[in-house]
Amino acid sequence: MLQFFILIPLAGFLLSLCIPEKMENAVSRTVFCTIGSHLLIVLVFLAIWLSHGHPVLEKTGIVLFNTKDYQFLVSFYFDRISAVYLFVGAVLTFLIAQYCRWYLHRESGYKRFFNIILFFYVGYNIIIFSGNFETLFVGWEILGLSSFLLIGFYRDRYLPVKNALKVFTVFRIADMSLLIVMWMNHYLWHKNITFTELADKQFISEHLQNHPLFGVLISLLILLAAAVKSGQLPFSSWVPRAMEGPTPSSAIFYGSLSVHLGVFLLLRTYPFWENISSMVTTVVIVGLLTSIVATGIARVQSSIKTQIAYASIAQIGIIFIEIALGYHALALIHFAGNAFLRTYQLLVSPSAVSYMIREQFFNFVPLHYVDKKSVFKKLEYSIYLLCLKEFHLDNFVYRFFWNPLKWCGRKLNVLSGKSVIVLSAVIFSVGLMCLFNQSLIHPEICKYLPVLFAFAGLAMLLKSFSERKDVLLSWVLVIVMHLYRTLAISLNGDINTNEIILYLSGVIISGVLGYACLNELKSREQDISLSRFQGHSYEYPKLAFIFMLACLGLMAFPMTPTFIGVELILTHIHKDQASLIIFTALSYVMSGISLIRIYARIFLGPHVKTYHATPNKSA
Amino acid sequence: MHSNNSIFNEQEVLKELKHYLPSQAPLKDFVHHNTLHAFQDQKFYDGIRSASKIFGYFVSLQLEDYRALYISKRIRENILKRIIAERKGVEHLNEWMKKAIGKKYDTSVSPRIGLLRSVWERKYHLNLDSLVHPYLFRILCSYLDQGISIWSFPVGHEGFLASVKEIEKNSFTSFFKGKRARNLLLGGNCKVEDLLKIVVGDEALYKQYLFDQQFAHQGWSGMVSTIEDHPQSLLNQKKISIHDLIVLELLLEIDTLDSQFGQKWLPVGSKLKGRPDGLFDEVPQTELDEVLSIWQDAFEWSYYDQVLAAIQLQGEIDPVPPFHKSFQVVTCIDDRELSFRRYLERIDPECETFATPGFFGVEFFFQPEHGKFYTKCCPAPVTPNYLIKETGSRRKQNKEAYFSKLSHSLFRGWFITQTLGLLSGFKLALNVFRPSAMPAMASSSAHMDKTSRLTIENKNLNHRERNLQIGFTIEEMVQRVDAILKSIGLVKDFASIVYIVGHGATSINNPHYCAYDCGACGGRPGSVNAKVFCFMANHPLVREELGRRGLVIPEETQFLACLHDTTRDEITYFDENFLSPVNSANHQKNKPVFIQALDFNAKERSRRLVSIDTTLSAEKIHKEILRRSVSLFEPRQELNHSTNAICFVGRRDLSKNIYLDRRSSMNSYDYQLDPDGKYLANVMKPIAPVMGGINLEYFFSRVDNYRLGAGTKLPHNVMGLIGVANGSDGDLRPGLPSQMIEVHDPVRLLVIVEQLPEIVLGAISQQAATYEFYIHEWVRLVAVHPETRELSVFRDGRFTLYRPLTRSLDSISDVVSLIETVKAAESIQIVEATKENLPVYLMH
Repeated sequence: MLQFFILIPLAGFLLSLCIPEKMENAVSRTVFCTIGSHLLIVLVFLAIWLSHGHPVLEKTGIVLFNTKDYQFLVSFYFDRISAVYLFVGAVLTFLIAQYCRWYLHRESGYKRFFNIILFFYVGYNIIIFSGNFETLFVGWEILGLSSFLLIGFYRDRYLPVKNALKVFTVFRIADMSLLIVMWMNHYLWHKNITFTELADKQFISEHLQNHPLFGVLISLLILLAAAVKSGQLPFSSWVPRAMEGPTPSSAIFYGSLSVHLGVFLLLRTYPFWENISSMVTTVVIVGLLTSIVATGIARVQSSIKTQIAYASIAQIGIIFIEIALGYHALALIHFAGNAFLRTYQLLVSPSAVSYMIREQFFNFVPLHYVDKKSVFKKLEYSIYLLCLKEFHLDNFVYRFFWNPLKWCGRKLNVLSGKSVIVLSAVIFSVGLMCLFNQSLIHPEICKYLPVLFAFAGLAMLLKSFSERKDVLLSWVLVIVMHLYRTLAISLNGDINTNEIILYLSGVIISGVLGYACLNELKSREQDISLSRFQGHSYEYPKLAFIFMLACLGLMAFPMTPTFIGVELILTHIHKDQASLIIFTALSYVMSGISLIRIYARIFLGPHVKTYHATPNKSA
Repeated sequence: MHSNNSIFNEQEVLKELKHYLPSQAPLKDFVHHNTLHAFQDQKFYDGIRSASKIFGYFVSLQLEDYRALYISKRIRENILKRIIAERKGVEHLNEWMKKAIGKKYDTSVSPRIGLLRSVWERKYHLNLDSLVHPYLFRILCSYLDQGISIWSFPVGHEGFLASVKEIEKNSFTSFFKGKRARNLLLGGNCKVEDLLKIVVGDEALYKQYLFDQQFAHQGWSGMVSTIEDHPQSLLNQKKISIHDLIVLELLLEIDTLDSQFGQKWLPVGSKLKGRPDGLFDEVPQTELDEVLSIWQDAFEWSYYDQVLAAIQLQGEIDPVPPFHKSFQVVTCIDDRELSFRRYLERIDPECETFATPGFFGVEFFFQPEHGKFYTKCCPAPVTPNYLIKETGSRRKQNKEAYFSKLSHSLFRGWFITQTLGLLSGFKLALNVFRPSAMPAMASSSAHMDKTSRLTIENKNLNHRERNLQIGFTIEEMVQRVDAILKSIGLVKDFASIVYIVGHGATSINNPHYCAYDCGACGGRPGSVNAKVFCFMANHPLVREELGRRGLVIPEETQFLACLHDTTRDEITYFDENFLSPVNSANHQKNKPVFIQALDFNAKERSRRLVSIDTTLSAEKIHKEILRRSVSLFEPRQELNHSTNAICFVGRRDLSKNIYLDRRSSMNSYDYQLDPDGKYLANVMKPIAPVMGGINLEYFFSRVDNYRLGAGTKLPHNVMGLIGVANGSDGDLRPGLPSQMIEVHDPVRLLVIVEQLPEIVLGAISQQAATYEFYIHEWVRLVAVHPETRELSVFRDGRFTLYRPLTRSLDSISDVVSLIETVKAAESIQIVEATKENLPVYLMH
């Protein structure tokens, strides 16, 4: 039963892809029917569910992929947390979809917009119905991508594309931590843990007794993922910057549903960490700090949407505290209230001008500035200035996460394109030799080989990420990383050939497809470099779409063969190989960023050709 | 002024900079104007060519658009041929036809602006703008903010730079990352020239650098420049200047460069090989420019020609108009009133309609009761000396809890989210499925309470407030009433009631709400002006004096003020209780005519609104229109001046039988009363700046919606209540959003005056500012001989005979059945969008 809640929007999404662009009515009707029927079923379902005393429902064991020691299980789970999220999500999405039907009339990209909304809705439903981390992760990735697409909806302008990339990179941090959580879980429980089992306190405490550090690490990583998604410190600054799409999409995504998914993650995993006092304290501290800082920033915002964004984040900070202290009913009501309120406030935000100016006209009281020197004044100025600068939060992620990586990549720039390829080929063949002659190598050395090759793969990615000119090189290096990863895992032990074939088939298909796209574009446009946004989707929208699919394939987007491959490979990393898992997770994250960067640089942003009107960069 | 001075003169450069920056006022004072006003001292095509080459704007449709329009027959072949023949001579006709239709051109635009500063990116590999702009905009917006922020800029009475300095000096934190910029600011050593020396180095490049820098965010720079010149355009006044902005921006640039490269970086000038072209060097005309201007002319004349032909082709008007007039109506010249008048005349053939700019010749500031400020109610360039005050208002201010700042605070916000927050789900559902009026909307009726009284008559000249005279004296009233009635030709055959109809609009979720109201009233509804005018015209002493001057208004005639809401198609009557019993009865008879006319008007408008089925009955459609006007999700509550193209100045007969599809504004004028052009000069005064300004703003917003328009309004974010920007970090977006201009055909305004050419010439040449529009052809002008209907077009300072190429036009008898058959355009691509704009028909 539960899977139908995902299948309905999924069917609607696939159907909406097939409608011709010009047929606005057909698009909006499809969306209306999909989300409308979904809402109807949800309401009926909730009524029945409540009348039966709101039992916890679950459906486990939909095996997507099976090998001898690994299963990719999709499972679903439904309790009152899901119920509240389902209700709020279904109602809001339905209202917004109806709202957008006229609001977006004649907007170029009308169809694209509704495609993304449905895609988002699929991801949202997967998350709230998910019964284990693997399923949740699938939804999480879909949400990340649809966020990127919606923020960059106005893909011919510079700022939306830049901010979409920015948000995507921040989201990648959450993805990485979830990925590590999944791996750790695998070793903690020796199986795919479901949320039902996670709710079993007995079971949890038994396992955690032996691995207290594991427990703390897992919960902190969960908190990291939640903080990123919900815009908590130090990641708050992405929320206001995400307000680049049409107002209703900002309202539903960043005002209400999307930002509250971090809250969902915390609620869902609460049984796991409720007794880990260090985690509880950290959640409270993060929530408290965020609510104070974000309130301060909200107070100085002089634009209406960013003000709402920060005010919303501040409330989510309080929700974090409520969760940590165990007031879950309150947290759920608070979530619903905050979601509805911010959506509505964002939707009426353009009316602020006429309303507030009228109010000012009748009630204006001029401010009296007092000139006096005092410490208090100094303090006031200082805090004001800090709030105005958003406590330097916008720089934070860049300075501590990406700049070091970029810096490493730049260091590799001493190698030219050709030498990189030659070098990687040499290292790779050395690796292959090691693989086939493993018996000849000293076991001590053997132990370090996988890490070494994983690291080499990561280095290739860094080079790809910081490449400024040659787009083909950048693309190929991502493929090379995948090859290195296979090599590393193969060296790590008993992986079977079928698994490798599955993994590499995904890599090769999407790799070749993407290469072909880029090559085609290069033959027509000569100079395609990565040094700036080029906006080729203006002339090649179809090619852009195909290339994006190739990117998804290569970045191991959920449900691609590569994704299964990555999942498989994670299971082959042993418990004591922390560095290997970190390299693997990092390269998973970096490959996504590098690929989306290529996509954005080549196909998005203001068009390089100026035979038609293009927007100012600052607009 | 265009010479490339090697010595940097700050004052001069700033003055020139301000001249070229956009001059759009803050949202509350939004008034249409020529977007490229800085180039108006040149001929139209020279001006736009320069603008394009210097600033990179697109100033016409694209070549392929014109060609597609030609293929779709929207641009007519015979017109194109004639234009080529006129310009190039008949002998070159074939050669230029080939160029226009088939030759390949490189149509890309590469502007001069920004070339110098692109060195940062090319040589330093630094995207300086993306590092400086968002922060700079945030500081600026916080300083100028009119009431969004809860915690406003802590210092504000000393000017922008002084305030920044004050905070910097007395704070534990800093605006800057490094020491140098901070020291420069605090050390007082921050003259523009000194800073430029650090950043640019070479004095010869200073000017160009400043232009590059400020035009990288022309929205904010333009706003700062406007506020500098017109501080009263903000209610909460702020002192700021372009100089302060430049200093702070240079400091931030220095700071950013320092933080990237240490203090060791070299100024731009030293990295530059050679010097870029001077910004304002002569822009040579290319063959492509000529081809484009030929096409633009052809596009315009393909439409003009039909209208001009229609003037000659329409049958003779019945020389003896019906003696009995049921009522008379005076509306604004606004193009939105055209169809309304047409329906009034159709429904009641005995009524008579006139039009004059919607402030009805009375200029004043208005102070609503309890209002803390004055509102200007007249065209933007006029500064009135009078004040009208409202008393006895029963206006209630409805609050909108969702704008309450409490919801942004921590603890009360916590409470509000759980109460009001949950409720807002229902509110949203209600507005999506059953839209209704709410306090958040901008409504024309909020301008003045229906029941309130105004202090209109001044009985004591000492009765003044803040240097404004309260009310008008009898003599001043007489002048104004006399001038208006004579200029529109309403001097005899008065009906028992003369309706003076101002207009306003209703919209919601619309930061550009002022653009929807009456432009002649400075972007306000015209209700107060209508009421003031009626008071004057009804005043017995005024009537007496007018009679002495030969303008006899019968005693039983009464003037009744009204407000037409152009979005809702509703009419409000003011002071109905002052009507005499007889007139009261007449009024009751007239009312159904208005109601019916408004229903039909709504129906005619609905053909462009896809959410409404045009084949429904007029009453049903009107209900839909009402619902639409309060729908949050409707970005086009009305289409404003979209498609405006023509302005008639003359008697109603001049255009009464022509179907103009709401594309024309009209100013009533009777040549017979004005043999020497005395009134015409007054009539023509606002036409070019107001109607021409509207037209040119629509024109340029249409051809380059990215740089000259505001782009789509869907992602707009309200900045400090003074402007809109995209998202959180964007520059302000002056100009019109795409939703306002999407069906507009970019053609210049054609003013058609019914008067002898020499008198027209005399009238327009009285004011240099107005004359500039015509002589440089930013607005086109045709004179119609009142008796022979001979046409002469104004070109190069004189009128030359014009013979329309259109020989015949289709006729319609019924507008309603015509509009029911037309479909709304599917896309906003010009060839498709222009199909919505109907050709000219003769009506019989």
